[in-house]
Amino acid sequence: MSQTEAPARKGGLAAGPLAGPTAWLDDRVGLATIVKKNLRKVFPDHWSFLLGEIALYSFIILLLSGTFLSVWFKPSMAEIIYTGSYDPLYGIEMSEAYASTLDISFDVRGGLLMRQIHHWAAALFLAAMMVHMLRVFFTGAYRKPRELNWLVGLGLLQLGIIEGFAGYSLPDDLLSGTGLRIAEGLMRSIPIVGTYISFFVFGGEFPGNEFIPRLYVAHVLLVPGILLALITLHMVLLVYHKHTQWPGPGRTNNNVVGYPLLPVYAAKAGGFFFVVFGVTALMGALFQINPVWVFGPYNPSQVTAGSQPDFYMGWLDGALRIMPAWEFTILDWTFSMNVFIPGVALMGLLFTILGAYPFVEQWVTGDRRVHHLLQRPRNAPTRTAFGAAGITAYGLLWISGGNDIIATQFQLDFYWITRLLRVLVFVGPVLAFVATRRVCIGLQRKDAEVVVHGFETGIITRSPDGEYSERHLPLSPAEAWTLSAHDRTEPAGLPAASDHNGVAAPHGRVEQVRGRLSRFWVGHDHQKPTADEVREAHEHHADDDELEPAEQQFGGVNELGVPRRH
Amino acid sequence: MRSLSTHRRHPLAGVLVLLLGLVVLGGLYSVLAPRSAEADSTDEALIDDGRQLFLVGCASCHGLNADGIEQQDGGQYGPSLVGVGAAAVDFQVGTGRMPLAQNSQQAPEKAVIYTDDETAALATYVASLSPGPAIPTEEDYDASDASREEVVEGRETWLTNCSACHNSVGAGGALGDGRYAPPVLGTDPKYVYEAMLTGPQSMPVFNDALLDPEEKRTIIAYLETLEAEPQYGGAGLGGFGPVTEGLAAWLVGMGALVAVATWIGATAVRARQ
Repeated sequence: MSQTEAPARKGGLAAGPLAGPTAWLDDRVGLATIVKKNLRKVFPDHWSFLLGEIALYSFIILLLSGTFLSVWFKPSMAEIIYTGSYDPLYGIEMSEAYASTLDISFDVRGGLLMRQIHHWAAALFLAAMMVHMLRVFFTGAYRKPRELNWLVGLGLLQLGIIEGFAGYSLPDDLLSGTGLRIAEGLMRSIPIVGTYISFFVFGGEFPGNEFIPRLYVAHVLLVPGILLALITLHMVLLVYHKHTQWPGPGRTNNNVVGYPLLPVYAAKAGGFFFVVFGVTALMGALFQINPVWVFGPYNPSQVTAGSQPDFYMGWLDGALRIMPAWEFTILDWTFSMNVFIPGVALMGLLFTILGAYPFVEQWVTGDRRVHHLLQRPRNAPTRTAFGAAGITAYGLLWISGGNDIIATQFQLDFYWITRLLRVLVFVGPVLAFVATRRVCIGLQRKDAEVVVHGFETGIITRSPDGEYSERHLPLSPAEAWTLSAHDRTEPAGLPAASDHNGVAAPHGRVEQVRGRLSRFWVGHDHQKPTADEVREAHEHHADDDELEPAEQQFGGVNELGVPRRH
Repeated sequence: MRSLSTHRRHPLAGVLVLLLGLVVLGGLYSVLAPRSAEADSTDEALIDDGRQLFLVGCASCHGLNADGIEQQDGGQYGPSLVGVGAAAVDFQVGTGRMPLAQNSQQAPEKAVIYTDDETAALATYVASLSPGPAIPTEEDYDASDASREEVVEGRETWLTNCSACHNSVGAGGALGDGRYAPPVLGTDPKYVYEAMLTGPQSMPVFNDALLDPEEKRTIIAYLETLEAEPQYGGAGLGGFGPVTEGLAAWLVGMGALVAVATWIGATAVRARQ
């Protein structure tokens, strides 16, 4: 037994030359340069920046659990007799796809847990993508230079929805068959070519024997592949652009304030991955999702009350449910507008609006500058109002999708819910727009007021002359800076339609439209106070009714009338 | 042979043939005729009790003679009960649906007002008006000894005939105009059987020609299997399908994750400190 001495450890990345396996790798792939740069990458911290991470982590969970499921799932429409361990279906004829789903649920160890984790992760994936997108929208994070990444994200959402629907349809149970039938109806409603598309996709008459294998290829190979590629692109662009940050002292358009990737941010993000995995696993263990065994194999003659799509398709189903019957025939073609408008056109409309929004906003406001600082929703009242209107419309359609469950659970009349929603779906977004914009402008006024006058302390003093006045507590410079870091917004002026010679200005009409839109867009905004206004206000208060600026946020006064300090 | 031909012109031959015909006809009738309401003398007292209860509790809507009250516009204030049978009374009164608490789209299940004896008296009275489906006996609806094959058959019958309104796990569903198919799980098998037999509220009648008694029994067998089945995979979320699943994904899943994200973000770096 001879003792060998371990070679002395080298300092770290920064100190001394590399040795051991790291050196081996560095010699061959130049690791040190890449890693050194990226390990020091700074990420700003805010809870809302973690929403996209939830989506990323759920996607990883989906890949892991999906791989497990694919070992046992048989994507085949071949008819077999079920002889597994779920008694109420014993001896029933069903497709191999459905039988293997039952086997995963009842005869594969841990199979049901994995199926449920996979399904809950899918729901969380979609929900997190939506919430993340709303965060990006409401904070203006999609503005230049991130428009492309917004579009990539939109593609991810669309693919995620397709992927989710494909997964929902694969088990070939009664619910997924009903869902596929609706999808087939949507295809057929496309004027003139609909029937051909349906026959092309299903390989003949619905349901046929072709569709499940086709869907399987899309679900496990095609769509996840594209998703993975787009996620990579999304991340690469994120690294390239660097993350946006909230305005605050020391944070500018030219820097990023936060923790470096290693060790702090990696620890936070890594820990958060396990939290997401834990929550998904807990949901998979505690809550039933898609209990395919109670639905039974797909049988076109059967149907069950409470047949719904998963939540991300719910709004389209809702639109279908409240759309009045409108169908007409031209020559030999039937135009089923009652299905086409809510089922196909609406989806196209949503994604067109979402895709075009950054560019429309850029055109209307004329703001083509690079932005790395986020906007508070109140500082873009019109955008926030558009967002609120969109959420309202989506939410109302979502409610329509569950109108039967709402009717039974709240003891309401199903028909009246439908009638009410037919009206609300048009009126609601307008009301939401107006109310949200007013609230935002109100909040802008309040911010401006606080910047100029400081906080009201509630301390009333009487001067020897008998004059009452309230003492104000001015903001700390840091707080004042945060509240006034955003830009002023100026509506574009209306250009003259023609010059003094009477020659019509080029693009005159377009510019007129842009001018009007711009006035509508930012004309109502309450502008932050100017430096002069702030200075004047401080001079006005300078006598004795202004307190010393607080270092921290004003926290009220104690019983002696002295502002609390933290 | 000879005697028949000799006697066929006997003066009494015609009478004899007539007698024979009547006996055969009467015999056949007594065997084949539909059974009338069991209004034999032992039930007389019960019928009378039922009638007294009826006059106090039901006649204001259903009429003094249980033949319904028609409204001026042609609608019915309360429908005629002639011919609905004892099973209908047992179902409606036994589950508390009748007497109505108020005029509404549908009579909800609620606390039972009448005792079992009173319900039986009312049922006997209504059954005495005109024949109708009788209250099923326990052997009609007792499915405790059902085989696996019967449960499988019951599942198929349930999915084909019932789940469109009552949902695949019997959680109930919405119908138009404020009506609804109530939840079925947990209902006494007798009432399930009676509901199929009499078609209460918006429910169609599944008489013995549509679903024979054996099929009715297998449906009950399936429902009892569902009830006894453990909740595979965790809490069932009411059996309402993707709506409650979506709610759970957003409120529980996203709720928890956003809460954790807020906690992680709460210890953010601050440039000014």
